[in-house]
Formats: sequence, C-alpha cells, structure tokens
Amino acid sequence: MSKQFLFLFSTVFICFNAVAQDANFKNYTQKIGGSPQVYDMVAIPGGEFLMGSPDSEKGRRPDEGPQHKVKIEPFWMGKTEVVWDIYDLYAFKNMEKEMAARHPDPDKSVQKTDASTRPSPPYVDMSFGMGRSGYPAINMTQYAAIHFCKWLYEKTGIFYRLPTEAEWEYACRAGSKTAYSFGADESKLDEYAWHRKNSDAAYKKIGLKKPNAFGLHDMHGNVMEWTLDQYIPDYYAKQPAGEKYAPVTELYPTAVRGGSWDDEPADLRSAARTASKAEWKILDPQLPKSEWWMTSASFVGFRVVRPVKQPSQEEINAYYSPKLIEDY
Amino acid sequence: MEQNRRDFLKASGLFAGGAMLNPVRGYGFNSAVDETIKVALIGCGGRGTGAAAQALSTTQNVQIVAMADAFKDRLDESYKNLTAKKYKNAAGTVVDTKLKVDVPEDRKFVGFDAFKKAIALKDVDVVILATPPGFRPSHFEEAVKNNKHIFMEKPVATDAPGIRKVLEVAEEAKKKKLNVVVGLQRHYQANYLAAIKRIHDGAIGDIVGGQVYWVGSSPWMKERQPNQTEMEYQMRNWYYFNWLCGDHISEQHVHNIDVANWVKKGYPVSIQGTGGRTVRTGKAYGEIFDHHTLDLVYADGTTISSQCRQFEGTWNKVDEAFVGTKGRIDSFDGKKTILKDYKGGVIYQHDDKGDKNPYQVEHDELFAAIAKGEYKFADAENGAKSTMTAIMGRMATYSGKMIKWDEAFNSDINLFPDKLAWDASPKILPGPDGLYPVAVPGKTQVI
Repeated sequence: MSKQFLFLFSTVFICFNAVAQDANFKNYTQKIGGSPQVYDMVAIPGGEFLMGSPDSEKGRRPDEGPQHKVKIEPFWMGKTEVVWDIYDLYAFKNMEKEMAARHPDPDKSVQKTDASTRPSPPYVDMSFGMGRSGYPAINMTQYAAIHFCKWLYEKTGIFYRLPTEAEWEYACRAGSKTAYSFGADESKLDEYAWHRKNSDAAYKKIGLKKPNAFGLHDMHGNVMEWTLDQYIPDYYAKQPAGEKYAPVTELYPTAVRGGSWDDEPADLRSAARTASKAEWKILDPQLPKSEWWMTSASFVGFRVVRPVKQPSQEEINAYYSPKLIEDY
Repeated sequence: MEQNRRDFLKASGLFAGGAMLNPVRGYGFNSAVDETIKVALIGCGGRGTGAAAQALSTTQNVQIVAMADAFKDRLDESYKNLTAKKYKNAAGTVVDTKLKVDVPEDRKFVGFDAFKKAIALKDVDVVILATPPGFRPSHFEEAVKNNKHIFMEKPVATDAPGIRKVLEVAEEAKKKKLNVVVGLQRHYQANYLAAIKRIHDGAIGDIVGGQVYWVGSSPWMKERQPNQTEMEYQMRNWYYFNWLCGDHISEQHVHNIDVANWVKKGYPVSIQGTGGRTVRTGKAYGEIFDHHTLDLVYADGTTISSQCRQFEGTWNKVDEAFVGTKGRIDSFDGKKTILKDYKGGVIYQHDDKGDKNPYQVEHDELFAAIAKGEYKFADAENGAKSTMTAIMGRMATYSGKMIKWDEAFNSDINLFPDKLAWDASPKILPGPDGLYPVAVPGKTQVI
C-alpha cells in the first residue's frame, strides 16, 4: 500500500467519524486494527428517563429509589458484552503481536499500543473452563476494564469508556418502565436472558438471546457489567445536583449492573443494582491482591460506550489514568 | 526431645499456675504466659506475603517478628504491603499493624543464608516457607531442627534427593509433634473435602479412571537486566529453571495430580507421557516445557490422565474428573461439584454457599491447633509424594520413557547448584545464543 493511499484512507476514516458524531448518528462496527476482531456499536439516542424502580415493583430493593429523572446525552453502546477474543488481545501482548503479524494493518501497528499498561498474567484460568471464544470476558477488575478502554482508544483513536450507572439503566430499559425491558412478566425472561434457572451453572456465548428495543443483547443476565460508579446505596436520594455519576474513591463497593447467569430473576431487573465485594477476590492468595483480576467473580464482565461528543484530550487522559487503589 | 517454646510455655504455665517467669515480651498478653504466636516469613514474594497476611488474619494472636528473602527489594516491598493492610482482631476491631508486624531492621534478613538467621530466632514459633520450591527441603530441615511449626507452600522440592530429604525431615517433625501444613489448599477446601469423603465412602463405586488438568495461560516472566549475574537472573526469573521451580508440571499442576492421588489413596507406580516446548521457546523461558500430558498408572491398574499446558488463546481447564464403577464426578469447580450415577441421578451436590477461602482455612486451622497445643497436621509426607509424582511426570516427558516410582524416587540427579552465591554458577547455563539446553525426549537421561 502506498503512503499516499494510506493518507487518503485515514482521512476518509476521520471524516466518517466526524459525520457519525453529527447527522449520521447510527450503528457501526468497530474494527480492532491488526486483528480480525470487530465490536458492534449501537446508537443510543439521548433522552430523559425515570431512573430506579417504583415501590410496587416485585423484587425491588431500597437502593433503587427514589425514582428520579435523568437526562442522558446520546451515545453508542456495545451491542454485546466484550468477549475473550478481544479482551485476550489486550491481556496478552504476545497474542496481540501474533495476531498483528497475521493481520497486517500498518496504520494500527502493534507498536502503537506497546506503551499500554496490561494485566499481569493470571495464575489460574480466568474463564474457569466455561468457554472462551465467543464468550464474555469475566473476572477483570473495574480498573482493568478501564485500562482495556484505554488500549482500545490507542488502537482506534476513538474514546471508549465504561457506562455510568444512569447510562446503563437507560440503555437497558430502552424506553420501558417495567421491571424488565420486555415488560414485567418474569415468565418471558428465558427468551431474553441467561440466569440461575436456565444457565446450567455457566455463562453462555454472547447474543444468543433476544435483544431489547435498542438492539442490545444480554443486558439482563449472562454476566453482570461494570459501570463507572461507586456504589452508594442511597445515592438517588442525595445525588448532588447535576452530577452524572458517583466517581470512584474507594475500591469497594462499585456499582455493577444487569445480574448474571448465577443470579435469580429479580437480580436481573433493569433497576437492580449490585455492589462489588472484596470477596470477589477471595481465591487470590497474594498480597497485595491483583489489581487486574478478581479471581472469584466469574459472573462479572463489561461492555463499553462511546459518547457522541468525544471529550478533550485532557479529559481523556484523566479518564484513562484511574488512581490505583491497592487491595490489601 | 527438645521442647519448643510454646510447649514449654504451656507446660510451665500449667505447673506454675501462670505466675512464673512472666516473659515480658511482645504485647497484649493478659496472663503470665505470652500467648502471642510469633511467625517468621521466609520468602517474601506475593504468595509469601499473602500467606503472612492470612496468618495475621486468624483469630489467634499472631505476630510477624522476622522476615527473610534472598533479595532486599522483595523483602522491603513485602514489609510495606504487610504493614499497609488493615488487620482485625478476633473481636473485629482493627489493630495497629505495628503490633502485628513487629519486624525492625535487625530482624530483616537478606541473602542466601537469611532463612537460617530468621529460623534460629528463639521467640519464633511458626515459620512460613514460601521461597521458590527448590529451597524448600533445606528450609524445612532447618525449621524442624529448630522446633518450629511450619506452613510451607507446594511443591516441596524439585528433584528426588530433595523429596527424600523432605520425607526424612517429615519423620523428625512427627516425632517432635510439630504441625506441618502444606499449601495444597484443596485439602482445606469444603467442596473437595465433602465430595472426596463421599467418593472414599464408595458413593460412586471404585475409581477406575479420570482426568486431571491445569490447562491455562502462561504466568509472569522476568527479562534479564543488565549487570545481573547468571545466579541473580535465574533467581529473579525462577519459574523457568528446574532447580528452582521444578517445571510448571510440578509448580502448578501438582495441585491436580495431588487430587488424583488423594482420590486414589495412593501414588502412581508408573508414568509415561509426552511434552515439549511449542509456543514458549525464547531464551527468557529458560529450560522448562510449555506442555505435558501423562498417564498416571496406579497399583490397581487404574490410569488417570493428566494434562498441563501454558499456552495463550487456547481451550482452558483447571479441574479434575473421576469415573467410578457406580457413578462419576465431572468437576470440582465451584458449583459443579456433583456426584452422579449413570442413570443421571444426583448422588451428592455440593452447595458452596458460605464456604470459606481455603487459603485462609489452612492458616485458621494451623494456628488454632498451635494455640491449643495440639498436634494435628502432618501434611509433609503427602506433599512430598504428590510433588514426587509431578517430578516423575517431568522425568517421563523429558525422557520419553516409562518411569517407575522406585527408580524415580531413588534418582540421584540433584539439580541444586553446588554453591549458593551471587557469583556462583547454577548447573544449567545458556549457550552462546542465549538459549538454555532443553530436554529432548528419547535422548535426555533423567534417572
């Protein structure tokens, strides 16, 4: 490929992004340069919604109230949870190098991400034998998930991050006001979600169940998903005006959403909130415990979002430099 | 037999009604006898530090009083981490870490003989041995000689002479009634204990086959740094050198092989297998293989297959499965600890709700026994024989031969350097291309 062509190609690419952020706000597929991997992004229109659940909702817990209005800016969200196939490229530098050799992409060479901070190799197999290719990546810390977003940014030039709790719930509801995005009828849950009663004690490949009205799969069940927020039980009551999320200042608990293959149907509701726990690292025998792997959270994964308005370089740098809170 | 300090204190406390001596040392004792259990940590890596933290997290009054490591930076990092953690006492109150970790500079020992100085301290009741496994036999010997109770990590040696030493010392530990816990933590994990008890009670009949796996990804590797001697480099990158690590078949897969031995209530009479270096071939990866598969043949003719592999991007499994004449268990992993009969009926299903962290249980039980003056744990013999099984597996894959227990056990091949010093030479050295010699099945002699 000539340099001139490359230049042209990248210019077109950048133009496409500029358009996409404006009038042409629609679903797209993110290529992971230097690999055959792709990640489908769904355009989620902005709007206002009622976050939390009403007192009358079956299975409701006090941390889901009071219901309150939240305004959400438009963003894209991963159609599915991030799979091992992509996560492993980030977690294992050798795999990324190998893939880059097989799928040359001079514009997105592996060198570009050589500076990435990557997870340390896990001592045990973090998929716990439940399957890898096509299955959601699990057991990463929220810190590792944020560094994954940074890696993805370095690969693509596009700002990706974890969703806030509010964005997550808004995307999950997809306009619905009921316990689940498809209504309140728990008996229909099997059509949309993997949970304790139908999962046979393991996660499943992504996207096997029906999507919600936005076209997002596995928002209910399969694996819970990391958000950006500290988990504060009464946050909805005392949320400072204008604050879009609760920034993380303590390692535990942070807010995890969606319920998992290991959870009861009530834990999969759109408004249900889960607090991360130190026990999710119970099998890590080291001190300090790993900043990258949970070891005992085979029910936790994540998906990423991309705000329509890409933040400034300064904001991006700040987001990608989360403070490491040592886990003793 | 020389009494250890706790026996002495207990006995003297009994005779003198708590009024004698009053050894004012340490802190917080409210009887005449100092009830603090004092611990020396030997090997200050992430795991050693974790084990020390678990010791400090038991309900006993435990104090780390000495630390030893070959490297000063490792020791300092470990001390920093141990004192940064918040510990709670039995009542759930956060205690001052300075009381829990009372290790002034003169009880921080660095170098190859650091372990001796830490173990020799009279006040020390318990030692945690968590250096690379090659050092375990000599450290275990020193600990028993000095009448200390012991927590030691698996594997417990890297060659047959090391195993024979551990077995000899284990006999001595028994005579002295010193508690010895080995970090094969599945023996302290509720789902394994519950399921294997039922297997031993005959719930699935006689065990006639099985598979054990540690098929996962590659662990850490340390690049060679400028100005390192060969000895320092191998010590820093110890996972990839057999005199230190024993190969991953021993360092990691010993857990699963040990479960096979546990279930079969014995050790293989012979092993044959195959293995090699396929993916991890660079000079930074020393001499170890990246995969092994074995047939473990037991005295009754039962063959259990074993696989271990350290590849990235492949199918993974760390688990065990066994087939009995009346039923089977396909997995011990988490919620899948289910004994089934051949008609699909569930014989036993383990509910893991409320199960405790087995790494913590090891220490809870060890320190409870020590506090009560009980002699309850003699893990070293099994630890040594399961480690021997893994070493025998390595002998089989390195040589490509069928290896019998007796010839493996009696092997005189000693991997340990003749001299331990930063400028001394380990027995394996890189060639002119920087690559280390690697075993070639069919050619390499292992006995």
